[in-house]
Amino acid sequence: MVYLGVGLGGVVGSLLRYFVSVSTSNFLTNGFPVGTVIVNLAGSLFLGWFTSRIIGKNILNPVLSTSIATGLTGSFTTFSTFSMETIVYIEDGRIGIAIFYVLVSAVGGLFLAAVGYRLGAVPFGEAGK
Amino acid sequence: MSGFILIALGGMAGATSRFMVQRVIPKTILPVATLTVNLLGSFLLGWIVGQGIQGDLYLFAATGFMGAFTTFSTLNVDLVKLINNKQYKVLTVYMIITYFGGLASGCAGLIIGRLL
Repeated sequence: MVYLGVGLGGVVGSLLRYFVSVSTSNFLTNGFPVGTVIVNLAGSLFLGWFTSRIIGKNILNPVLSTSIATGLTGSFTTFSTFSMETIVYIEDGRIGIAIFYVLVSAVGGLFLAAVGYRLGAVPFGEAGK
Repeated sequence: MSGFILIALGGMAGATSRFMVQRVIPKTILPVATLTVNLLGSFLLGWIVGQGIQGDLYLFAATGFMGAFTTFSTLNVDLVKLINNKQYKVLTVYMIITYFGGLASGCAGLIIGRLL
């Protein structure tokens, strides 16, 4: 059952990632991979929140929470595309963009996951006070 | 076949494979399972690109499977947990192996894909 849930989460996450990458390709400035940055940063923020708020407090059925966290969010974000895009920049001699891309992804992803985790750890009813 | 179906099938297989790797590899302080999928996935995506694979097969294997097999969100939540547990040495090692290893394995895949 949990395998099916993770598989279905993978379907939804991958399609969402594809939609983001297609719909942001018009905004590409100098070929910068805006789509990958958006999915990776948004997914890190969401998974941070989901981990502390939903999984940490046992709110959802474990099969459902694994399907959303491991299946959907895990597939929405991607590491392999990030690595390949960085390699292509380095190969093209665009070292500045490569460094910028790695820093934005690595620092931004960790920061947003931490922010999401803290937001989720706020006790119920306390959010927004 | 429609591109969406190919991405969906690849994503389903990729997510399920990642989940299996996470279940098979025992939990340790260093998140070896996430490292394994990310480094192996970067290598294989490099190989796919090096082979010059495009079109339907690319949508299935690269966008779908490798995109879903590897993960960036789990990596960062792993890192947040290491910070929460004050495991700063493991955190540093994990980040270095992930980012440098991802580039190295992607490069290796790309080169091998172009040659073979």
